[in-house]
Amino acid sequence: MKRLGSFVLAAAFASLLAAAPARAQEKLEIFSWWAGDEGPALKALIDLYAKQNPSIEVINSTVTGGSGVNARAVLKTRMLGGDPPDSFQVHAGQELIGTYVAANRMEDLTSLFKSEGWTKQFPPGLISLLSAKGGIWSVPVNIHRSNVMWYVPENLKKWGVTPPKTWDEFLATCQTLKGKGVQNPLALGENWTGIHLWESVALGVLGPEGWSGLWKGTLKMDDPKAEKVWETFGKVLDCANPDASGLSWQQATDRMLKGDAAFNIMGDWAAGYMATTLKLTPGEGFAWAPSPGTGGTFMMLSDSFGLPKGAKHREAALKWLRLLGSKDGQDAFNPLKGSIAARLDSDLTKYNAYLQSAAKDWKSNKVVGSLAHGAVAPESFSSQFGTVMEIYLAGKSPKAAASAARAIADQVGLGK
Amino acid sequence: MTGPIGSAGRWRWLMYLALCLAASFFLMPVYMMVVTALKDPSEISLDTAWRLPTVWNWATFPAAWEAFVPKLQNSFVLTISASAASAIIGSLNGYVFAKWPFPGSRIVFALILFGMFIPYQSILIPLFGFIRSIGLYGSIWGLVVVHTVYGIPITTLIFRNYYVGIPDSLVEASSLEGAGFFAIYRHVVFPLSLPGFVVVVIWQFTQIWNEFLFAVSLSNPASQPITVALAQLAGGEAVRWNLPMAGALLAAVPTLVVYVVFGRYFVRGLLAGSVKG
Amino acid sequence: MRWRRHTRHLTGFLVVLPSIALVGVFVYGFIGRTLWASLTDWGKDPSQALAISPITHFVGLDNYRELFTGIIDGRFRQDLVSTVYFTLFFIAGCLLLGLVLAILIDHKPRAEGFFRGLFLFPFALSFVVTGTIWRWLLQPGGGVNQLPTLVGLPPGGFGWLTSRTQVFRFDWNHLPVIAGVLVAVALAAVAAVAQRARNRRRAVAAAAATVAVVAWTVGAAPDIQPLPFPEVHGFNLAFLGILVAAVWQMAGYTMALYLAGLTGISEELREAAVVEGATGFQVYTRIILPLLAPITLSAMIILGHISLKIFDLVFAMAGPDNARTDVPALLMFITSFRGNQFAKGAAIGVVLLLMVALIVVPYLRSQLREGAQE
Repeated sequence: MKRLGSFVLAAAFASLLAAAPARAQEKLEIFSWWAGDEGPALKALIDLYAKQNPSIEVINSTVTGGSGVNARAVLKTRMLGGDPPDSFQVHAGQELIGTYVAANRMEDLTSLFKSEGWTKQFPPGLISLLSAKGGIWSVPVNIHRSNVMWYVPENLKKWGVTPPKTWDEFLATCQTLKGKGVQNPLALGENWTGIHLWESVALGVLGPEGWSGLWKGTLKMDDPKAEKVWETFGKVLDCANPDASGLSWQQATDRMLKGDAAFNIMGDWAAGYMATTLKLTPGEGFAWAPSPGTGGTFMMLSDSFGLPKGAKHREAALKWLRLLGSKDGQDAFNPLKGSIAARLDSDLTKYNAYLQSAAKDWKSNKVVGSLAHGAVAPESFSSQFGTVMEIYLAGKSPKAAASAARAIADQVGLGK
Repeated sequence: MTGPIGSAGRWRWLMYLALCLAASFFLMPVYMMVVTALKDPSEISLDTAWRLPTVWNWATFPAAWEAFVPKLQNSFVLTISASAASAIIGSLNGYVFAKWPFPGSRIVFALILFGMFIPYQSILIPLFGFIRSIGLYGSIWGLVVVHTVYGIPITTLIFRNYYVGIPDSLVEASSLEGAGFFAIYRHVVFPLSLPGFVVVVIWQFTQIWNEFLFAVSLSNPASQPITVALAQLAGGEAVRWNLPMAGALLAAVPTLVVYVVFGRYFVRGLLAGSVKG
Repeated sequence: MRWRRHTRHLTGFLVVLPSIALVGVFVYGFIGRTLWASLTDWGKDPSQALAISPITHFVGLDNYRELFTGIIDGRFRQDLVSTVYFTLFFIAGCLLLGLVLAILIDHKPRAEGFFRGLFLFPFALSFVVTGTIWRWLLQPGGGVNQLPTLVGLPPGGFGWLTSRTQVFRFDWNHLPVIAGVLVAVALAAVAAVAQRARNRRRAVAAAAATVAVVAWTVGAAPDIQPLPFPEVHGFNLAFLGILVAAVWQMAGYTMALYLAGLTGISEELREAAVVEGATGFQVYTRIILPLLAPITLSAMIILGHISLKIFDLVFAMAGPDNARTDVPALLMFITSFRGNQFAKGAAIGVVLLLMVALIVVPYLRSQLREGAQE
């Protein structure tokens, strides 16, 4: 009897051990700020991943807040705390390189790029942005354009104006509109959207060479040309709504759509908002033009995913990265997101009218990087640029703002 | 009853008017919170904020509940553990400072007490590094350790003030009978401590449940307490306000229940925090 | 017997020892490390800022110099000014409202328990909950601004959390002069009080100090130029939103303190005053308020230290990016965890600590000295 009992016990124990591995499910934690309106696009990607890897449980950690302002702080504490997510969304360029790559916390993805053949599928300008210190550090999923001006064609026709092609034209159009009763022709939102507007103004005033010079260090921030940017910016702000700091970017776009404003300068994720969420038709419900003075230049930003050192589920993360860089992944994600694929061979039939036009511009225009979205400047600069903006808004002195920008640039060693 | 308004009933209506005005000031946000939580997102707009919902969207609460249940769990584990631990330590400390002082104990008491007032930003960075180095970053137990330690000053204060009220003669009598430190604690002091424990646990429960800075710095999404979850929910953009309002309600309920049921003890804890020597 | 006393002392000490060790490390040890970090350049070099074992260099008081006189840190200086103004108005608001509520309740209205419970309940809430609700209420075009429409008036247009208007403005470059004037006034008050209390030594010392400070203010102070550009700071009206929410939360606490004090003032005292011919009003102003003075002081210290380190409420109401309602506690968090400037964040933390210590330490000392005299 006793021997039977212990045998049964042993058998039960053994079956428990045997069952255990089958129950343990591999996980993948991805971290992004794609909550809310951008959620469906991410979900499409996760669904595709789940189909390819049914045994892996995907944990979708998101922190809301446009352009990742909140997510970055949360990510920071996790990275510092030694608890990195398996893969996280980060803007391609200096935002990643200046912060985490410089501190030696990311894995080099060059071998992944070579094995997937991505060095041929992405434009060389993009790859150079992703590279530093001899390695490639993140997989770009999409390309967004920053310097886009949105408007409702019907409303412009009603007011008898056309989309301005330079900032001087813009200011003149603004006066005309004010005369017609549109008090705030430009719809603006809170904080980072102000910096977003600023970079369109800067690109328009300085041109692509001047803009790149700022970040290479060849054009100093307090140069008279750079100071002029602030002067123009001030005049543009006079055309914007004074209650900007209480509005999210979507609410500002809503103002333009409702007819309370004529123009809204926002990245082309606004197209995703208007087309997917609000179900408007590109070209009819809304239309676009390059920001005044920036025709022919594509100011880009790219969402990408990296692989931190010490990721708990490295293999699952690598599978995720492979999906992100693939044609299927990018073409499943981007039409819903409202961006164009980073790959050059994407199937353009899946994309709406705006995105097709953007893709054409991407191939033909001059490409520069965005400041507000982490491409050209490291976090140490961009997080303090908000202070420069505040200094300007408080005193409306271009000289003070330019000097402050110069001081910060020197402190962080911009361009070195 | 004399007062500026006097016992003359003539002006008493003025007093009631003032009370009602004050009451509406205090109740207005509650009304807003409940009404907004029950509205359908499409109905929530700035111009109709005050109107009652046309359709009572009870679905908000299950949605908020579902999103918040794991965080509520985290908060409960954290709060109950840390309150209990800091209460026990505080009780022993208070007993020493009240009945078993040693040379320099007053200075030590003051030094410990100072820890109650420091802005936590002045220790946040080293604390973060320390919690990480002992491997407790992202774990709820890291927060438990932190709240226990930083709860020691206030619990010590409350217990010490409470035990000062126990007549010395009681302690002396036991001591003369040969009872030592722990014996006196077990047989004399501890049985009398129940009100003190109630005050301390209630106070700590409220403080720890409501705390935000440590919670946001030392937790990860799995171990977040509810205050962090609420802040992230409401801090996003294009916020659909019914969910954060429902979330705020859920986050507030436990401490409100404690407040309503144990109000008397709650006030005692509050008064004890004013360091009346 | 002496041996017995020694064992008593030893036992007590040993029981408290773990707490001493824990508080020693977690409070004083960490303050020390923050202080040390604030004297380095941790964060300036991106390659070291987030490294697993960062290499930093000692730079002395550089971080502090930048905070107070460097162009880039204008935001810190405004935060400092903001928090001083906010503390003053917050304490005043809570004391006033708390006192009024306590006096009202003291008149024993019907449903006294209900009112008392109602006025105190916000104190049981988290600042995050309060901040979330009031944020919705104070949106431009939102709840509070819509209130007038309920009685048929046009909606209010005040930007509760977003206003750019500043009042009580001054130029940072004038700060040495302003500080000199304030210190001189304070010293003169000390001299006057000491004179009235017949403490000649202290009165003379304070008077001499007053004269010295005035001389410095007139002679040397105007030549000190902390900044190259004029930099104007003031009280941001955007803080009014935060003030309303904060007073809503904490007035009940002050009320409870005052109520406890009021119940301590015996009925006989009041009756006696009435018998001697005092009107109800005079009973309050001549007898009760002065007796409540120690409570007022207590409340000021507690409220003051809460308001100096306020973080949760501002974070929930205005977010970390609203520069108009920024406070040093929030700035420390952003500087460290978003800007990766850990040394500068530590410096801000130290400044916060000094401000709080300035009001708490004298209070603790007087309380404990009182306790010893009993």
